[in-house]
Amino acid sequence: MQEYNMVVIGAGPAGMAAALEAEKNGLTDIVILERDEYIGGILPQCIHNGFGLEYFGEELTGPEYAYEFIDELADSNIEVLTETMVLDVDENKEVTALNKEKGVLKLKGKTIVLAMGCRERTRENIRIPGDRPSGILSAGTAQRYTNIEGYMPGEKVVILGSGDIGLIMARRMRLEGADVKAVLEIMPFSSGLVRNKVQCLDDFDIPLKLQHTITRIEGQERLERVRVAQVDEDFNPIEGTQEWIECDTLLLSVGLIPENELSKAMGLDLHPVTGGTFVNENRETSIEGVYAAGNVLHVHDLVDWVSEEAEIAGKAAADYINNNLEKRAQKIEITPAENVTYTVPQTIEYTFGDKKFIKVFMRVTEPMEDVEVKFSANKEEIISYPKKIVMPGEMVTANLPAALVTDEMEEIKVSIVKKAGENNG
Amino acid sequence: MAKNDIICTGCPKGCHVTVEVEDDEIVNVEGYECPTGREYAINEYKNPTRILPSTIRVKKGEFPLVPVKTAQPIPKSLLIKAMDVIAKTEVKAPIKIGDVLIENILDTGVDIVATRNIDKEVEV
Repeated sequence: MQEYNMVVIGAGPAGMAAALEAEKNGLTDIVILERDEYIGGILPQCIHNGFGLEYFGEELTGPEYAYEFIDELADSNIEVLTETMVLDVDENKEVTALNKEKGVLKLKGKTIVLAMGCRERTRENIRIPGDRPSGILSAGTAQRYTNIEGYMPGEKVVILGSGDIGLIMARRMRLEGADVKAVLEIMPFSSGLVRNKVQCLDDFDIPLKLQHTITRIEGQERLERVRVAQVDEDFNPIEGTQEWIECDTLLLSVGLIPENELSKAMGLDLHPVTGGTFVNENRETSIEGVYAAGNVLHVHDLVDWVSEEAEIAGKAAADYINNNLEKRAQKIEITPAENVTYTVPQTIEYTFGDKKFIKVFMRVTEPMEDVEVKFSANKEEIISYPKKIVMPGEMVTANLPAALVTDEMEEIKVSIVKKAGENNG
Repeated sequence: MAKNDIICTGCPKGCHVTVEVEDDEIVNVEGYECPTGREYAINEYKNPTRILPSTIRVKKGEFPLVPVKTAQPIPKSLLIKAMDVIAKTEVKAPIKIGDVLIENILDTGVDIVATRNIDKEVEV
């Protein structure tokens, strides 16, 4: 069995960044296993611009963002195996994979990085009743057909879900000549970026119907029409608001699910909110030396933060192998409090070393303005940061300074609350 | 007097900024909450521009398409016309990221450039 210092599963932005950062920290014998025929993950099909502003300080398209890492990998000693599907990873970090040419591969990693990304929710996940004709695709599938493989999925399109993928595909279909009839959103607000709503829908007069959903699908061989209804606050269709929209294509952009089948088979528990594994500040799971980063851990809205997170895991793995880590006397739980749905990481297990702070990623429950992100322990505030606006669709981050964390702390709560009035007059 | 409602894309808040225009002159801007909002709305009224990402067909490539973009933003009003030009274009592999595939599209002075390497098709 071939042994590696690090086996990375998935060559998307997370896997690439983790491997490169590990190598920069002195690690050798690294392999990345990728099931697709090319590396870069979902980025090569995301041909639109808007990537890289945080990480590179310039605006790139998806393929360009991926290329920065692909190019660096080509100059590295990191081994990359494409068309290689990992079937199993066990708790001893032994990996079984299938490669198109080499057949069954057995590898062992001193560390493993889980970087399998996420997949899209389907019609079955959201249970839309009706016929089962062709022409119903996830937005990402349509994106791959249109941008990589060169097929146009249809001519008269309805899109369910106004997340960024849905908005981006509305523009893409329109630009390629399709008639995009409407984008439907069950929530009272779009979860996509304002910029995407303006540049993808408003620019082309594509209607966004908030608090609307699809209640029926009809079509024999091919999709013929969908029934659309307005919903009430409990998401129930309102009688009398139904209308039929003729279309041959329905794109679903209704959420993403971290792809954790391998993690579950290893015996790792999944977080009820993120759908990813539980991790400490090094992005290490409950199995020592097994890390998770990127959308397999929690769904990100910016790839820039995927890269940053994966680098934390990559560096930690190198430190782990080089014995540069020291466990804290007792671990600290980081728990979400008021208006916070989850945090990553969920624990702090190692001493800070030369780290000045730990960046905590979180999501807010609902849109709020003029708030503070507050860390507290034993009912006392540690530090708080003002934020002008927070939205559920945009990840919130805040730094927990190492100097303010003491050994007595067992739990640090993170909340997002309305800012107390600044003037008392 | 014409009122133009412009949604600022500067931050998630998405302020609705009203640009009032009289005889082609901006006479009033309101509804913004920061300087970015004001500046954005004025630019967006005077000369709205966009980066256009798309794909071009490739002959004998490892993939049938190469992703492309306008190297700089072009006027919003030309997006659909630019797509017509892009749709009629076909290029031959290999292609390198940054290669100019269409020069000076629609006399805008802006080139269409490749955003991915596309190798030649592997001959079996």
